[in-house]
Amino acid sequence: MDVNFQFDWSAALASIPHLLPGIPWTLAISFGGLAIGFIIGIFFGLLRLSPVAWMRWLASVYIEVFRGTPILVQVLFIFYGLPQLLDGPINALTAGIAAIAVNSGAYISEIVRGGVQSIERGQREASLSLGLSRAQAFRYVIWPQALRRMVPPLGNQAIISIKDTSLFSVIGVGELVRQGQIYIATTFTALEVYFVVALMYLAITWTLSLLLRYFERSNLADQ
Amino acid sequence: MTTNKPPIVRMQKLHKHFGSLHVLNDIDLEITPGEVVVIIGASGSGKSTLIRCINGLEEFQSGLLEVDGNLLKPMGKSTKALQTIRTEVGMVFQQFNLFPHLSVIDNVTLAPIKVRGQRRDQAIETAKRLLARVGIADQANKYPSQLSGGQQQRVALARALAMEPRLMLFDEPTSALDPEMIGEVLDAMRELAKEGMTMVIVTHEMGFAREVADRVIFIHKGEIAEQGAPEQLFDAPQHERTQAFLARVLKH
Ligand SMILES: Nc1ncnc2c1ncn2[C@@H]1O[C@H](COP(=O)(O)OP(=O)(O)OP(=O)(O)O)[C@@H](O)[C@H]1O
Ligand SMILES: [Mg+2]
Repeated sequence: MDVNFQFDWSAALASIPHLLPGIPWTLAISFGGLAIGFIIGIFFGLLRLSPVAWMRWLASVYIEVFRGTPILVQVLFIFYGLPQLLDGPINALTAGIAAIAVNSGAYISEIVRGGVQSIERGQREASLSLGLSRAQAFRYVIWPQALRRMVPPLGNQAIISIKDTSLFSVIGVGELVRQGQIYIATTFTALEVYFVVALMYLAITWTLSLLLRYFERSNLADQ
Repeated sequence: MTTNKPPIVRMQKLHKHFGSLHVLNDIDLEITPGEVVVIIGASGSGKSTLIRCINGLEEFQSGLLEVDGNLLKPMGKSTKALQTIRTEVGMVFQQFNLFPHLSVIDNVTLAPIKVRGQRRDQAIETAKRLLARVGIADQANKYPSQLSGGQQQRVALARALAMEPRLMLFDEPTSALDPEMIGEVLDAMRELAKEGMTMVIVTHEMGFAREVADRVIFIHKGEIAEQGAPEQLFDAPQHERTQAFLARVLKH
C-alpha cells in the first residue's frame, strides 16, 4: 500500500459536501440540549439557593452526579441502558439531546447560582424597601442583572457542549464526526477529513464567540 | 414634641441579637407624624440596625414594633403587616442601591407600577415631577452608572418618594458621597423636611442634624443613651458618653 504523507488539499475540499450534512445534527443536538439544559439549570440553580435544606440537598445531588460522571458514559447509559428500563428504543438524536441537557444542566445550575449570588444584597433590600414582594424583587431586579452576568459563562458552557456532541458518534447519530467516519471508511483520507471536521467545529464555536462578544458589548452599552 | 397625634412608629422594649451580639438593647422609641429624628452614635453602635428594624429589613427577637398601625412581631413572620409597612415606609441607603439595569425613570416607576398597580403613563408623570423636585429632571433617560453620586442619591430619594411614603428612613445618605456632592443631597432632604415629611435619619452631618432635627437620639452600644432637642443635645449633653462622642466628631 502506498503511504501518502502529503496533505491532499483536493481531498480535503472534496470531503466538504459529505461533512456538511453533519452540521445541522451537531447544531440540533447542541442547542436542543442546551435549551433544555438552561431550563434544568435555572430549576436546580434556584433550588440550590432555596432556604429549605432538602431542596438545596436535592439540587446538590443532581449537580454532583452529572458533573461527576463522564458525558460519554451518560450518553451510553441513556442510549443503551435506558431502553432496557423503558422497554423500547430511544432514538439517537433524542439520546444525544438528553445527554447534553442533563450534563450542561448540572453546570448551568452552578452558573445560575453564582449569577444570582453575585448580585449585591443592597439590590434586594432596596426592592423590598419599596414594597416589592420577594418574588417581584427577584423577577424585576435580581434575575435580569444575574442573567447579564451569566452570559459569559453560559457562552463558555455552550462551546463545551458543542464540542461534547462529537462524542456522540458512538451512538451513531449523524453529527459531524460521524459523517467524517463514514466518509473516511470509503476514502481513507483521515488526515484531510478530520482537519476539515476540526475547522467546522471551529467555525461554529468561533461564530458563537463573536455573537456573544457582540451581545455583551451591547449589553454593557445600555447600562 | 407634645402632640396628641398617635405615633407613627412605636417601639417598646425592643431587643435584637446577631448571634451572641446584643445589638439593640431594650429600645423604647416613639416617633410622631411630621417629626424629623436624627440618630447619631459611634460606628457599630446599632444605628443602621435600629432603622432597618422599622421596615423589617432586620428582624428582632423580642419587644413590640408598630408602624402606622401595623404590628410587627418578633422573629419576622408577619408578612401582611410587613408588606403594608414597606409600601408606606421609604428608605434611602448609603450605597444608593439604584437598579443598574434600569434607566432612571424605570428605577422610579418600578414600584408604583408593580406594587401600587399604577398605570405606566401616570407613574411616569409622577416620576418626572419628583425628579424635577430633586433637581434632575434632565437625567430621566440615563442609566445610574452615567450619573454622579449626588445625582444617584437624589434618584434614590425620588424613587422612594414615588411610593408616597408616610415615613422616610435615611441610613447615612451622604457618607458615600464626595464632599462637593453632599450639599445637593442635604438640600433635597431639607426641602422634604420642610414639607412635613416624617423622617428618621442616621447621619454624621452634625450641622445638618442641628438644623433639621426636631429630636436627636444618641445611641451607645445598642441603647438610647440620651435624646433631646438638637440645642439641648449638642450644646448641653448630659451623659459622659454623649459628651465624649460629640467632642470626637465635632473636632473636625
Ligand atoms: N448581618 C449582621 N450579622 C452580624 N452582625 C452584624 C450584622 N449587621 C451588623 N452587625 C453588627 O451589629 C453591630 C451594629 O451594627 P450597625 O450596622 O447597626 O451599626 P451602625 O451604628 O450603623 O454602624 P456604622 O456607623 O458603622 O454604620 C455591629 O457590631 C455590627 O458588626
Ligand atoms: Mg450603619
